[in-house]
Amino acid sequence: MATSSPASVTPAQAASRPPFRHRHLLGISQLNQYEIVDLLDRAEAMIPISRQERKILPTLAGKTQINLFFENSTRTQSSFEIAGKRLGAQVTNMSVKTSSVAKGETLIDTAATLNAMRPDVIIVRHGASGAVELLSQKVGCSVINAGDGAHEHPTQALLDALTIRQHKGYLAGLTVAICGDIANSRVARSNLLLLGAMQVRTRVVAPRTLIPRGIEALTSEVYTDMRKGLEGADVVMMLRLQHERASGRMIPSIREYYHFYGLDAEKLSYAKPDAIVMHPGPMNRGVEIDPAIADGPRSVINEQVEMGVAVRMAVLDALLADREAAA
Amino acid sequence: MSKSVVIRNARIVDPATDRDSPGAILVEKGKIAGITNGAPQGIPDGAEHYDAGGMVVAPGLIDMRVFTGEPGHEYRETLQSAAAAAAAGGVTSFVLMPDSTPVIDDGALVDFLLRRAGATASVNILPAAAITRGLRGEEITEFGLLKEAGAVALTDGRHSIQSAALLRSAFSYAANFDLPVIHHVAEQSLVGEGVMNEGTLATVSGLKGIPIEAETIPLARDLQLAALTGVRYHAAQISTGAAVELIAAAKRRNRSISAGISINNLALNENDVAPYRTFYKLSPPLRSEDDRQAVIEGLKSGAIDTIHSAHDPQDSEVKRQPFAEASDGAVGLETLLAAALRLHHSGDVPLLTLLRAMTSRPAEILGLKSGRLAIGAPADIIIVDVDFPWVVKERELRSRSRNTAFEGARMQGAVMHTFVAGKSVFSHSATREGAAA
Repeated sequence: MATSSPASVTPAQAASRPPFRHRHLLGISQLNQYEIVDLLDRAEAMIPISRQERKILPTLAGKTQINLFFENSTRTQSSFEIAGKRLGAQVTNMSVKTSSVAKGETLIDTAATLNAMRPDVIIVRHGASGAVELLSQKVGCSVINAGDGAHEHPTQALLDALTIRQHKGYLAGLTVAICGDIANSRVARSNLLLLGAMQVRTRVVAPRTLIPRGIEALTSEVYTDMRKGLEGADVVMMLRLQHERASGRMIPSIREYYHFYGLDAEKLSYAKPDAIVMHPGPMNRGVEIDPAIADGPRSVINEQVEMGVAVRMAVLDALLADREAAA
Repeated sequence: MSKSVVIRNARIVDPATDRDSPGAILVEKGKIAGITNGAPQGIPDGAEHYDAGGMVVAPGLIDMRVFTGEPGHEYRETLQSAAAAAAAGGVTSFVLMPDSTPVIDDGALVDFLLRRAGATASVNILPAAAITRGLRGEEITEFGLLKEAGAVALTDGRHSIQSAALLRSAFSYAANFDLPVIHHVAEQSLVGEGVMNEGTLATVSGLKGIPIEAETIPLARDLQLAALTGVRYHAAQISTGAAVELIAAAKRRNRSISAGISINNLALNENDVAPYRTFYKLSPPLRSEDDRQAVIEGLKSGAIDTIHSAHDPQDSEVKRQPFAEASDGAVGLETLLAAALRLHHSGDVPLLTLLRAMTSRPAEILGLKSGRLAIGAPADIIIVDVDFPWVVKERELRSRSRNTAFEGARMQGAVMHTFVAGKSVFSHSATREGAAA
């Protein structure tokens, strides 16, 4: 395991780095390729901290971080919580159960209330596209989008890119196939934006019912035949199918979906021999992916989780510590 | 009794007679009493004189689609505040949609509205009654009694009736009483959770799209049922080039068909929505620029008959929300004419064609005497400086709600004076300053 000292990473490198110019991280669409590389470099430098005995780099000591999740998410919420704590921030989790339409408080009310508690950063997940951006306009602190509707999930795309880079050594020129429910996936959109900005060749693979009109704006390669879509791919990125919603309308059955679009050894054999398999989780084993693949040697799914903490530490550090240094 | 009024030095633009020439207008007892090419003759003593200074003098506008908050949501808009906005926008009559609380589905409620409007509103308010009880799309209302009470048309407002059988029955029964039916066409199962035009912008924004077919499929059904029943059918608002083609084809066989369009769909496109600007969340949604160009052509060719404001006051509580959760609609009475004049200034649509769609055509469809400058017609008249430059500022709007889709827009053209039945109900501040100087 890498045991490089964090002290050799942060102050020295941070000094040579231009400060991060954004106040919020709302989407990959706001970043250029240099900023993406910068965030990935920062995240890479954070990896050793989580692997050492004392997992602390207190650049955010005395800062308050609020995790505001309007949708349930064990994985992303704990990843942000751990990232904040490893940087020394005070982290509060607020799960807001939205009871359909009849919720008394509007999003803007909630934003005003939290803002009055003077947090330094709010991490938001919301079911409606654009909701995080709306909230960011109403608060005086930094906001990180932890997923808004079917729009963006920027830290997921960053952690995916970091995972790919760790395995392949580079991004430009690789071929990445993103497979499954493209229509409803914010992970797909953020990944297509990020990989496109980094000159990665992207493909989407799905039945026509799960490919939204106008996806050509985000990728030029659309496949409905998974074997063709995986041919020569360096990375196979599977998406979670919301099968409770899709069944009977977008797809006839899980059986048929798995037959044509589930990732098994036979379909994976069309990808490059050293292709890696990714999934943002939580997985539906036997729906979009064969358990033997998910748990097999090509799978980097658990590494994605580890890179998630590093990426979120890097984003928090870039948004909060840099701003303080610049101030 | 109202005073006599003389408007001199006018550029008289009357779409009903295709007139666009200099002249003067004499108003007596609330009606147009004389129209002359030169100086007016036989002016009664004590008449009010207006020098139009060569500005356009046209019939007051008739807006086919206006929502208010009265009764039920007066904090959004009252009949009085809507009428004040209308007068400032040159709208002298508007059709009031039945989507209120309670729904206008009973003769007594039509009577209430007419009394309320008579007591509080400075312009003519024309109530439309619901086609179905409670706008639920299940049982038809008492068309005959509603007509007797004063309803000018039948409509389910923002709602679209999904059952073809119910529509057939409603169309037949409306034809029985010779009442026009104004129907918003939207196939609910295709609209689904859609919140904007389907396509690249929706996909990139992660928003669900509304396909064009959600409009054309129910429109094709309605046009066939209109031919079957002989009803006076008005497609409330279309937004797509494909719908223009359907209307144009149907009009070749059936003269009782007409179609309207919201000024928003003529003046704006889906690019205005990005990113997540809920004041541009409208029904029908703003479409692509190709569709906008196609509906402009439809207006010029006569496939589209009327232009309305789709004035729909919504408070910030329901508008300042995540896009998918925000209410549809924008206010528009005060910006209707100015936004329409953009098409005149850009050279896309002749002035007479634009004004026809807001004056004589709505009057013909609704069977009104207004909407034209003819002797004996109600003296609903506007004086318009078609070149007057101004900027839309939401805080200066007269509506109680400020959800305009034109905030900050630079406009060319403003109403200087508005008369309803010969009575001045609005004068622009520029003219008042001018008078004081």
